[in-house]
Amino acid sequence: MRLSYPADIKVIQVPCTGRVDILHLLNAIEDGADGVYVAGCLEGECHYIEGNLKARRKVNYVKKTLTELGIEPERVEMYNLSSAQGARFAEIAIEMVEKIKALGPSPIKSSHAA
Amino acid sequence: MIVADRKSLQEILAMVKDDKKILIVGCKGCVTVCNVGGLKEVEILASSMKIARKKEGNPIDIDINVLERQCDNEYVAEISESVNDYDAVISLACGVGPQFLSEMYKDQTFYPGVNTTFFGGATQHGVWEERCAGCGTCAIHNFGGLCPIARCAKSLMNGPCGGSSNGVCEINKDTDCIWDAIVRKKMEAGELEDLMGVKGIKDWRTARHGGPRRSIREELVQGNI
Ligand code: SF4
Ligand code: SF4
Repeated sequence: MRLSYPADIKVIQVPCTGRVDILHLLNAIEDGADGVYVAGCLEGECHYIEGNLKARRKVNYVKKTLTELGIEPERVEMYNLSSAQGARFAEIAIEMVEKIKALGPSPIKSSHAA
Repeated sequence: MIVADRKSLQEILAMVKDDKKILIVGCKGCVTVCNVGGLKEVEILASSMKIARKKEGNPIDIDINVLERQCDNEYVAEISESVNDYDAVISLACGVGPQFLSEMYKDQTFYPGVNTTFFGGATQHGVWEERCAGCGTCAIHNFGGLCPIARCAKSLMNGPCGGSSNGVCEINKDTDCIWDAIVRKKMEAGELEDLMGVKGIKDWRTARHGGPRRSIREELVQGNI
């Protein structure tokens, strides 16, 4: 299956979304990412029982932090899909990119770009 | 352990609003255990603050460090070489930490990044409750092992007040009436008699009411034993 998804997205693979840390999400925003999303397995289908549920809690924590800082919490999102849903992966990527484009660039000036 | 809650980002950001380079220093003691001032929380605070300051177009340099304990001078001394390289230092230890730091490094400004709340423990993951008020004369054996000083809103010593209702304290519906629990426990054990004697007036001088306290172990003062 050949599906294309927007080139604006940089995919970082992790063994399980349970590995994603609050700091990974914050550091991405800190370094100027306009948005970050975690694509985890469907709820109830985590090989490690609740990695994806933990990831959602961490995403929610970061959303709260961004809100406290006056930054749109929608810049960080959690999605759930199965590894067999390639089409859904592309769809989510497009959806997230459109959402971020609507929000505009991050108010954080990237330290790399600066 | 000593339990604390992190101050809001806005409050912490306001403390260092004029500073360009700061140190955030955590503690591996109680505040690590109650998830408020260990390495993880120090890193999260640093990143959140950097995001906030970048957003304002006024970036801040933040270094981090986590001391074994901030309530022991031998560990506080570990940052002696770098502490004055910063415009200010935020401590995520309980209120003891920033005081030990301030006492050792008189030219530096130390801000408390947490609100220190009580002596207690975790009753479930993510929930901590008060158990002891450090009154200096422990008497919980007289109350079925439950402390009415710390856990009764009025620190009553001779039974519940009239506000106790179905096991709930009148102070708020989420607070159990500890006296209800004490009486129940003693009844179940067939030891209700124990509570009948009137407890004399408590000597509060061993508590905070007698002023700041000091604990001296002579043999240790003289040297290692
Ligand atoms: S009686 Fe005093 S020392 Fe004992 S638990 Fe209660 S407050 Fe703490
Ligand atoms: S209701 Fe119970 S815990 Fe609350 S103040 Fe009265 S005796 Fe103390």
